[in-house]
Amino acid sequence: MDPAVSAVRVAVREAVHTLSSCEDGDRVLSTLGSLKRYLSGAESPAPPGEQEEFARVHFAAVLRCLAGRLSPGWLELGADDGLEELCASFFLEGPADQAFLVLMESIEGAAGPSFRLMKTAQLLARFLGAGRMAAVMEGQCRRLGEPASPLLQETLLTKVVGLPDRLANRLQRENLDAFLPQNYFPLLAEEMVRVLQAVVDSLRGRGRCSVPSARTSGAGGSLAGTRGPSLGHLSANGSLWFMLFSLHPSPPTVPHRPEVLSRLLGNLVIKNKKAQFVMTRKLLFLQYHHSTPMLQSLLGYLAADSQRRPLLVQALKGLLETWGSASAIRHAPLEQQRYLSKAVLICLARLGEAELRDSRDELLASLMAGVKSRLDSSLPVVRRLGMIVAETASARLHPEGPPLRFQYEEDELSREMLALAAPPPADDSPVEASPAVAPEAAETPGRGSGDGGVAQAPPEGSGSDLDSDDELVPYDMSGDQELKRSKAPTYVRDCLEALTSCEDWGRWEAALRALEGLVIRNPAAAREVSVELAKVLLHLEEKTCVEGFEGLRQRALVAVVVTDPAPVAEYLTTQFYALNFSLRQRMDILDVLTLAAQELSRPGRLPKAPQCGPPGPAPPPGSTVAPAWRTVVEERIRSKTRRFSKGSARRGRDAGPNQFNVVAGYFFFPLLRHFDRPLVTFDLLGDDQLVLGRLAHTLGALMCLAVNTVAVPMGKALLEFVWTLRFHGDAYVRRGLLSAVSSVLLSVPGEQLLADLPDELLEARSWLADVAERDSDEDCRTLAIQALLLLEKLRDRLLALAAP
Amino acid sequence: MQVALGVSPWDGDGTAVSGRRSVDPLRRRLAEPQVTALPPRMAASPLPPPDPRFVLRGTQSAVHALHFFGGAQGQGHPLLLSGSLSGLVHIWSLQTRRPVAILDGHQGQCVTWLQTLPQGHQLLSQGRDLKLCLWDLAEGRNAVVDSMHLESMGFCRSSVLTRGQGKWMLAMPGSGSDEVQILEMPSKTSVCTLKPEADAKPGMPMCLELWQAESSPRPLLLAGYEDGSVALWDVSERKVCSRVACHTEPVMGFGFDSQKARGVSGSAEKALAVWSLDEQQALQVCKTHELTNPGIADVKIRPDRKILATAGWDHRVRVFHWRTMKPLAVLSFHSATVHCVAFATDGLLAAGSGDQRISIWSLYPISSDSSTSSLGHVEHREVGAHALA
Repeated sequence: MDPAVSAVRVAVREAVHTLSSCEDGDRVLSTLGSLKRYLSGAESPAPPGEQEEFARVHFAAVLRCLAGRLSPGWLELGADDGLEELCASFFLEGPADQAFLVLMESIEGAAGPSFRLMKTAQLLARFLGAGRMAAVMEGQCRRLGEPASPLLQETLLTKVVGLPDRLANRLQRENLDAFLPQNYFPLLAEEMVRVLQAVVDSLRGRGRCSVPSARTSGAGGSLAGTRGPSLGHLSANGSLWFMLFSLHPSPPTVPHRPEVLSRLLGNLVIKNKKAQFVMTRKLLFLQYHHSTPMLQSLLGYLAADSQRRPLLVQALKGLLETWGSASAIRHAPLEQQRYLSKAVLICLARLGEAELRDSRDELLASLMAGVKSRLDSSLPVVRRLGMIVAETASARLHPEGPPLRFQYEEDELSREMLALAAPPPADDSPVEASPAVAPEAAETPGRGSGDGGVAQAPPEGSGSDLDSDDELVPYDMSGDQELKRSKAPTYVRDCLEALTSCEDWGRWEAALRALEGLVIRNPAAAREVSVELAKVLLHLEEKTCVEGFEGLRQRALVAVVVTDPAPVAEYLTTQFYALNFSLRQRMDILDVLTLAAQELSRPGRLPKAPQCGPPGPAPPPGSTVAPAWRTVVEERIRSKTRRFSKGSARRGRDAGPNQFNVVAGYFFFPLLRHFDRPLVTFDLLGDDQLVLGRLAHTLGALMCLAVNTVAVPMGKALLEFVWTLRFHGDAYVRRGLLSAVSSVLLSVPGEQLLADLPDELLEARSWLADVAERDSDEDCRTLAIQALLLLEKLRDRLLALAAP
Repeated sequence: MQVALGVSPWDGDGTAVSGRRSVDPLRRRLAEPQVTALPPRMAASPLPPPDPRFVLRGTQSAVHALHFFGGAQGQGHPLLLSGSLSGLVHIWSLQTRRPVAILDGHQGQCVTWLQTLPQGHQLLSQGRDLKLCLWDLAEGRNAVVDSMHLESMGFCRSSVLTRGQGKWMLAMPGSGSDEVQILEMPSKTSVCTLKPEADAKPGMPMCLELWQAESSPRPLLLAGYEDGSVALWDVSERKVCSRVACHTEPVMGFGFDSQKARGVSGSAEKALAVWSLDEQQALQVCKTHELTNPGIADVKIRPDRKILATAGWDHRVRVFHWRTMKPLAVLSFHSATVHCVAFATDGLLAAGSGDQRISIWSLYPISSDSSTSSLGHVEHREVGAHALA
C-alpha cells in the first residue's frame, strides 16, 4: 500500500476520533490545524499525494464529522481561537462538490429547526456567496482521467437545481435570502458563465478538458446565450439547463424562441425518458402557470425536428383528451383549462395537414366529446373556450368541411386564443404552413370601411357640371324628423289586446314599449289584469325584430310583478315548475322575480314625493359661517358641485316598511317546492343544472332582499336546500349555494339564527371550511371564505352580546 | 319670405340671372315657382319645403313601380306608367292626369318593374306572379305579345340594355337564388348565368343594372346583393370584376351614373353609400351619407345627373345634389312607405307609395343647355298641390 495513503488514513482516523469525542478546545483546534494541512493552499501543506488522497477519500468524512459537531457547546470550546472560522474554512476551501453535498445532506438530514441546522444553512449561504458553486461545476469539468460516475453527477445536479426548494422546505420561515429562487438562480447563472469562461480558456490553453465538461458548459452556455456573446461552443446536451428549465417556475433566462431551445436541448427529449416526461406531460398537464410564450417555445421545440414531431402529435392527443374529458372540465381550475386550450391551439398551429390527417378520427372524437361537455357547462368562460377551440380545431382537422362558427363576442381572450391559432412564421416550422390553417379572418369590411377615405372621386366639375350646380338651393329640411312609430296604446287593456291579437307589428311593438310605463302609472288598472298580463308577457315571442325586445319584456314583467306582487308571483312560481316552458322562460321567471323583489325592497319606493326643491343657487362661498378650515373646504366643494335637486338631503330618507317582506313568501317558497321532482321537459337535478344554478342564485338574492324580516323559516328552508345539493358537481351551482348561505347569514338576525338553526349552521360551517380549502373553482373558494367570515363575525357579535 | 306658386315676385331677378341662356317663355313659366333664380343673398334663409305639383290617385292599391314613357323627340305626350300591388299597370296621361289605359296581366300579383323599349312602343312589366310580360302599346293597343317565366321568387327588378337593331339584352334574377340570368332578346336566348363564386355567398341579387361603358362594347352588369354588397360583372367573361360591401343590410336599390362611373345605393339601413369605379373597374366606397330614418326602397339619378332622389320607408322622398351629395330637399307628402321614384327626361319626379298615391314633383328644372327633350306638359297651368284631389 502506498505509504502516503496509509499515513493519511491513520492521521484522519485519529483526527476524526478526536473531533467527535473530545471536549478540549485546544486539542480540537490543533487537530483541525493538522487536517488543514491537507487542503490546498494551506500554510505548510502536506505533500501533494497525500493531499490528493485526502480530498479523494477522507474529506467528506471529516466534513460530516464537523457538520455533526456544530453545536453551541462545541463551538464554545474554541470560540476565542476562531474554531468556527476554522471549521468553515474546511467547507469553503476543500473540494467544492463534496462540501456542497455534505452541506446539503446535513441540512436535509436535520430533524427540525435547530442551532445546527441554522449554522449549516448559514455555512451554505457563505458557500454560495464565496462563489463556490463555480468550483463545484468546474470540478466536474476538470475531473481528468476519472470520469465521475453518472449517478453522482445526477445527484449533484438534482441538488444544485433543487436547492431553493429543498431549503425552503427545510427552513420554512427561517429561510435565508440567498436561497430564494430569485437570488439563487441568477447567482448560479453567473457562476456558470464564469465556469464556461474558464473552460474555454483551458481548452484554448491546453486542450485538456474532459468529457463531462460538455454537460456543464453546455448548460452554462445556455444561460450565457441570452446574455452575451460568449457562446463559444454549444453542446447539444444541456441537461443541467434542462433541469433548471423544468423545475424552476420561471428560469431567469428562458429563451423565448424554440430555435434556442432546440439548440440547447437537442434531441434530449427523445433520448431521455425523464426529459420526455417533463416536456410532454409535466409542463403541459400538471403545471399550468407558465407563460404563453414559454408554452409556445416548448411546443415549437417539439415541432422543430422531424424526430420530435411524433411527440407533438402525441401531446396533442393527450391534450385534446384531457381538454375534452367531462370530469376535467368539471374539476380542473379555470386557469388550467385556459392553459390546456392554448396548448391545443398551439399544437394545432404547429402540426401539418398530413400529420393531423393520420390521427384525425381520434382527435375528432375527443374534440367532439369535449365540445359537447364544454357547451353544456354553465360557466361562460368554459363555454367560450369550447367554442374557440372547436372552431379552430375543426377548421384544421376538417379543412374540406363547412367551417364551424359559433356566435360569441370577440374579447381579449378570444383574440389571444385566435392569435395563437395562427400558424407560426414560416421560418419557425419545417413543415410548410398550410394556408387553410388561418381561421379565415371574416372579411367584413362593414359600412364604415368606406369612410376610410379612398375617396378617389373623379375630377370634380368636369364638363357641364361647372356652370350651374350652385343654383341648387336646398329647401327647408327642418321637418325631417325621426319617423314616429304607430301610436302607442294609452290603456293597459289596449296593450294587452295589442300584444295578444295584433297583426299590426308597429302597434305590437308600440304596445310593448309603452307597457311598462302604463303599468307603473295606472297600478289599479294593471292590477285588474295583472296575472293575465304576466301570462301574455311570459309567453311573448319576438315575432318581429324589435330592438331590445328582451329588456322591454323583462321590464314590463317586473313592473307587473311589482304592481301586484302576491298573485303574479304565485303565478310565475307555479309556472316555473310547469311542463311546457323552455329553459329560457324558466330563467326569465327567476330573473323577473329577483328584479321585482329588488324593486319592492327598495326603501322609499312608493311615496314618490316630489323631492324636487328648485335647484337653487349654491350659497355664495365665504359666507359668514365660522371660518374653520373644514367649513371653508366644504363650502368650496359645495360651490363646485352641481345638484339637480336638493331635498332628500334635508329630510332624510323616508322610513317605511320593506314592501317585499309581506310577499317574500310568495316569491320564495314555491320555488323550493319541486326542485327534486324531474319533469319530462325539466330536470333540475339532471341536465338542467344551469337553471339550478340560477335558481340557487335567485333564492340567495330573495333571501338577501328579505332582510330585516322574520326570515327564519326562509333561512331554514334555504339551508336545507343548500345542504341537499352541497356536493353538486357544477361550479356554477355551488357558487349559487355558497352565495345563498352568505345571504342567509346576512339576512336572518343573529340571535334567531343561533336559536333556531344551530345544527344547520354547524353543518354549514364544516362544509364551508372544506370548500374553502379544496374546491377546484376559485370563485367557490372565495365565496366560501366570505361565508366563513360572516359566520365568524356573527359569532363575535354574539360573544360580545353575551359577555356583559 | 313669401313664394307663392304662380306669382313670382322675383321675376325680374330670375330673368336677369337666367337671361344669358335662351329660355323659351314657357320654360320660364315652369321655372318660376321653383325660385331657382334667387339672388345668392336671399338663399341664406331656406325655402319652405316644396309641395307636389300634382297627385295621381286611383290605383286602388299601393304603387310599386313607376316609369316615364314617351315625350321623347316630340312624339306624343309623355305618359307615366305605374305598377300596383293589385297587379295592374296604369298608364297615366300627364296632361289630363287621368289613366289612359289599365293593363291587367299579372293575375293580381304585384307589379314590381316597368320598362319601355325604345322601339315600337313596347313595355316590359315584371310581376310577382313570376312573369315578365312584353306589351305592345303602339296605336292604343294594350296586349301581351310575349311573356317569360321567372324562376326567382325574390324582389329583384330586372334590367334592360338596348343594343340596336331591335335587339336588347335582359338581365333578370335566375333560377338559383344567387344567380342572375342574361338573355338575348327578343329571341329569349339565355346567354349566360352569372353565378357568384362558391365562397362569396352574397345572397340574392336585389337590384340590377346593365350598362355599357362608352369606350367599350362589352356589356357590364351592376348588381346589388342581399348581403349589402354591390358587384360589377363583366357579362361576356361571366366573372365578377369587383365587389364592394356598401351596406350591412340588403341593397334595395341603386342609381348609377355611367359617365362619372359613380353610383349611389340605398339599403334597409340608415345610410346611403356612394361608390365609384376606377379605371381598373374596381369598385370602391367613396363615402356614406347618414339618413334620419332607416330604409331606402329605391334610388334614381335624374337623367341630367344633377340630382338624385330616394324613396324612403319613412314616407319621404329625399333629394340630393348628385355631385356633392348635399341634401337638397325632403319631400314629405305620402303617408306610407314610398316604394319607387322615377325621373322623366324633362326632370319631373314621380314617387309612388303604399298610400296608393303617386306624387309628381318638379324641382330644380333641367337647364336648357343640357340635352333635354321638348317638354310635353308645359302647357299645364300652374296649379297648387292636390289639384286633382
